[in-house]
Amino acid sequence: MKTNHISTLLKKLASPPGLSGYEESIANEVETLWQPLVDEISRNRLGSVLGFRQGAADPPRPRLMMVAHQDAIGLMVSGMREGFLRLTEIGGIDHRILPGQLVQVHGKRTLPAVIVQPPHFLLPPEAQEGSVPLSYLWADTGLEEKEVQRLVQIGDPVSFGRNYIELGSDLACSPSMDNRASLCALTLCLQELKGRRHAWDIWAVSSTQEEETLGGAATSAFQIRPDLALVIDVTHASGPGSPSHKTYPLGKGITLGWGPTVHPRLYEIFKELAQKLEIPFKMEPMPRYSGTDADRLQTVAEGIPTMVISIPLRYMHTPVEIVSLKDIQRAARLLAEFAVGLEIDFMDKMKWDETPKT
Amino acid sequence: MGRDTENLTQPAITGEQLRLLEKLCNAVAVSGDERQVRRLVMDQIKPYVKEMRIDALGNLLASQEKDSQKPLEVMLAAHMDEVGFMLTAEDDREDGIYRFELVGGIDPRWLAGKPVVVGPNHQKGVIGCKAIHLTTAEERRNAFTVEGLRVDLGGGGAKVGEWGTFATPFQKLGGSIRAKALDDRVGVATLIELLKYDYPQVNLEVAFTVQEEVGLRGAKVAAHALNPDLAIVVDCTFAYDLPLQEEDSFYAPENERYNTRLGFGAAIYLADRATISDPRLVAHFVRTAEEKGIPYQFRQAGAGATDAGAIHLQRSGIPSISISVPGRYLHTPASIVRISDWENTLRLIYHALQTLTVDILKSDR
Repeated sequence: MKTNHISTLLKKLASPPGLSGYEESIANEVETLWQPLVDEISRNRLGSVLGFRQGAADPPRPRLMMVAHQDAIGLMVSGMREGFLRLTEIGGIDHRILPGQLVQVHGKRTLPAVIVQPPHFLLPPEAQEGSVPLSYLWADTGLEEKEVQRLVQIGDPVSFGRNYIELGSDLACSPSMDNRASLCALTLCLQELKGRRHAWDIWAVSSTQEEETLGGAATSAFQIRPDLALVIDVTHASGPGSPSHKTYPLGKGITLGWGPTVHPRLYEIFKELAQKLEIPFKMEPMPRYSGTDADRLQTVAEGIPTMVISIPLRYMHTPVEIVSLKDIQRAARLLAEFAVGLEIDFMDKMKWDETPKT
Repeated sequence: MGRDTENLTQPAITGEQLRLLEKLCNAVAVSGDERQVRRLVMDQIKPYVKEMRIDALGNLLASQEKDSQKPLEVMLAAHMDEVGFMLTAEDDREDGIYRFELVGGIDPRWLAGKPVVVGPNHQKGVIGCKAIHLTTAEERRNAFTVEGLRVDLGGGGAKVGEWGTFATPFQKLGGSIRAKALDDRVGVATLIELLKYDYPQVNLEVAFTVQEEVGLRGAKVAAHALNPDLAIVVDCTFAYDLPLQEEDSFYAPENERYNTRLGFGAAIYLADRATISDPRLVAHFVRTAEEKGIPYQFRQAGAGATDAGAIHLQRSGIPSISISVPGRYLHTPASIVRISDWENTLRLIYHALQTLTVDILKSDR
């Protein structure tokens, strides 16, 4: 698979803003891309996109759910004065990246704007030194006050300006690579599965509102009731200023999550599969939470054995998130090979050491 | 004489001027490396000037065909350079991560999380920062410093010593423009436009200057070389016309320190940190604006300087004034100017040059 194919797909997926809760644009893009790759496509009641591929085995077939969240962090208009907009955040954003940030205000029409830090004399004394909190920043649309009042209202979503950049031969940079990089891997996996036999039913899920409630994956899982769930998300890549013991190098492979969120048997199986396929990976310790959809997903209904696979990403939750195309390709391949390798009696392997023999 | 401008009554900002400004703003010309803008300007002014030359520092100097009947030599100046950074050390060659230092006055609090371009081929990169998940609330109260940030070219090649700046593309926002380097590409574009016209009493000499942002260096030698009777500097000046944080807040019931305001017309300088404008020129510009009904405002006296600071002190003194287009958020990734202010600035200078006579220097200062 050529990486320029991956870059084209990734750019398509990174382009729609799709802020948490306002995800029509990205959901439509996913639906368009998945339509030819699945047997059925539908929307969950909260807005997740569900793609279904029927397995080759005789029914009743076990079900595999693979999920990547579609929503993105961003901002929202919370106030207005003299034509300038006050903002609040959707998802976690370090306010120190905001001054000078190009954004789009999704009002009656989409307005380009810039987030600005007021001059020194327009800040209260406590904000003049150090970083300026979001509560003192403004967004400027360049329009006159009466135009702004006509076109914008409180509650309008504000997204980072779309700007997809290829860096060197393997890296790509854009807002919302978290988690469109994983959606890209999931889409590549579906492309691969299209030509191959898989015994299990496969549900691909583009989940909603991960950045706020983890609600899209959990409600979709309740609907699907999968036997196994795989969550694909991004993890911190090494980079300037980032601690090396909490990050993973870009372009050097994926991570396999390990901790209470992940079913230990599933981890072992993934580890062996990655080794067999010679896909480079690192174990990512997740001692309490995974920080992904998996945290809520594993406790749906009577509980779902869950695995977390992550793609390293540098500068997370900034508009210059960087990922490696090779890592996306690796994640896609691992997912696809796992899916086609699932025997009809695979769940027999998912027993605990102490499970009573029958 | 003989140029195809006879049928134009006065200059205007149309699609043509906006397209030129877009090219000028998207070009990269950090102080010390003004090549890209200089090249663009030379292509543009060629049909309208008799001669042009590049001096020892890199200033582009040009003059209209000299008419010995015209008694006044007037210098127009606008600076080609912009603020930015230089790569100063390699942090990680394989990853393409570099230390950098700032060129010109940039508040480091605007740097993080921005795309940048580096080098003559506009190599793409970013200034990133640690993910919020890996920071503490305490850490986030402190501002980023240049020492703590890096330019990340994602493995792409660049060399220590290369210049770079923000990769903000020019965009029209209704009646406004959002771009990097509007300070002072809007002045450069204004000079190019003014060169297309004849002025009855004035031989025009123009200086597209270098290194303004690092201490008005180009203008100093340009003014010495041109030795004009008087000088008009066209720049882009800060508009701090933002709202107060709260009504009746800390200092005043309204923002009284706006410097200039968008939509209020051409900004006439009375005094800044480096220059007291020649009052005869101030009077002439005000009179012109009143007579022609051109909106204008006085730039509030205070900090900041233009090339006039260097020019007016050359030789035995050169009467000077600065006229600016007001711009918000200068020296940041994205500034905003209003197109009507630009047009009014262009027209004010045009009409002032039309009516300028040798008498202006005969009265006492």
